[in-house]
Amino acid sequence: MRILVQGCRQALSLLLAGDPEIWEITCRTVAVSGSATALSVLVGLPLGFMLAMRPFRARPLVVSWANAGMGLPPVVVGLWVSLMLWRYGPLGRLGLLYTPVAMVLAQAVIATPLVAALSMAGLQQLGERVKLQIMALGASPVQAVWLMVREARYSLLAAVMAGFGAVVSEVGASMMVGGNIRGHTRVLTTATVLEVSKGNFEVAIALSFILLVLAWGITFLLTVLQQRNYRR
Amino acid sequence: MNITRSRQLELLALLFVLVVLGAACRTQDEVLLATTTSVHDAGLLDELLPRFEARTGYRVKPLVVGSGQALALAARGEVDVVITHSPQDERRLLEEGVVVERHLVMYNHFVLLGPPEDPAGVRGLSDPREAFRRIAAAGAIFLSRGDSSGTHVKEMELWKAAGVSPAGAWYQESGTGMGETLRIASEKGAYTLADWGTFLALRHQLRLEPFVRGGSMLVNPYHVMAVNGARFSRVNAEGAAALVQFLLSEQAQAVIARFGTRQYGEPLFIPAAGLTEEELSGGGR
Repeated sequence: MRILVQGCRQALSLLLAGDPEIWEITCRTVAVSGSATALSVLVGLPLGFMLAMRPFRARPLVVSWANAGMGLPPVVVGLWVSLMLWRYGPLGRLGLLYTPVAMVLAQAVIATPLVAALSMAGLQQLGERVKLQIMALGASPVQAVWLMVREARYSLLAAVMAGFGAVVSEVGASMMVGGNIRGHTRVLTTATVLEVSKGNFEVAIALSFILLVLAWGITFLLTVLQQRNYRR
Repeated sequence: MNITRSRQLELLALLFVLVVLGAACRTQDEVLLATTTSVHDAGLLDELLPRFEARTGYRVKPLVVGSGQALALAARGEVDVVITHSPQDERRLLEEGVVVERHLVMYNHFVLLGPPEDPAGVRGLSDPREAFRRIAAAGAIFLSRGDSSGTHVKEMELWKAAGVSPAGAWYQESGTGMGETLRIASEKGAYTLADWGTFLALRHQLRLEPFVRGGSMLVNPYHVMAVNGARFSRVNAEGAAALVQFLLSEQAQAVIARFGTRQYGEPLFIPAAGLTEEELSGGGR
């Protein structure tokens, strides 16, 4: 009990003092997980579109992959991305392992099925009639896509939030492909693990606060974006 | 209008990725160092590496893993330098030509820890083998690292020397690092083997007492090794050689000698550049 109270107090003072390293780790966390989420949207959203709009023979298979991929364990992703990026692995030439880029890639792999599966579900909800209606009103294909995105924006933003939430909070893959290198690949989750193992519970508690606030803050922004036209 | 906005968003996202890519792709002067938690967690590397970087211009990326994993990474040429405390496996890598240099950097001792009640009655013993035998006979809980780390390898050596094959409900494996294992042992009231440095650093948080410490059987030598650049073309051999040389330098050895005295009242490691393992085990406390 004592450690809890003491930890929280010290955590607060660490936060208020604006420790430069903690600040740096926080910024890196946003950059890495933000990039990974952006990447997963670039891949996952078109994929979700395709799955929702285009019937093709392998569709049930791909849909089941996307749905199962929502539960992809981060450590498994970390292991496989590591295998790919090792110096003597297939992509070893790029020298990406233990860099933030490797973390972005691994996290994007984790988030993409989430974005794809959830955006597919959201778009399917619109149904065939909305699509036909849009086309009947004379929309060009690009306009049609944009209108569909607008119509399904609640679900699509929910998909983005789920993707970001998944990657900002995962530790296994980031640890494995990033290596938790100080000043280079250390993010909030890996730093928390390290501080706990070093017995610095106060710092770990401070980091966990930041992580919670960060995850909530970004989700809050997205929620505002999602709900801003709700009253209409 | 809305379409251009989505384009802008996509561009922004791409830019984001590119910035991160660009920031990460300066890899030529990097030295990848795999090392054990005991060297890193107390903060020794944070003292040593900036000095090396300032002196040579290399940038060191330390990967903190157990000795077993560090050596496995070295064996595949995935890292440039390793600092480990697992002498048998290190010698094997040297013989196989995976590493080209192997030098003693520093040492400390392993210590057998346990709950203050001491259910196996090992207090006051000086022979770790006898202590291990008593723990096994009493069926007192012993927490093993179980992760092929240097400490785990040492522990297996000691069980073997004691003539006990540890198995049963009393023998448990944590599968975690040293700090975490100490905490679990403390909570469970278990015996465990640890390096003196990590124990010292965490001592005030633990309900564990040091029972058997020092002696030639419990010497804990740390060696630095450079991975063979002739064998692995992607290894940064020059950077590795520079780092090895630095760790053996007077400057680095002096840092090691005083590291921890202010915070823990005694140094966590004893510098040992130039010594051999035989000299260590002969002259151990």
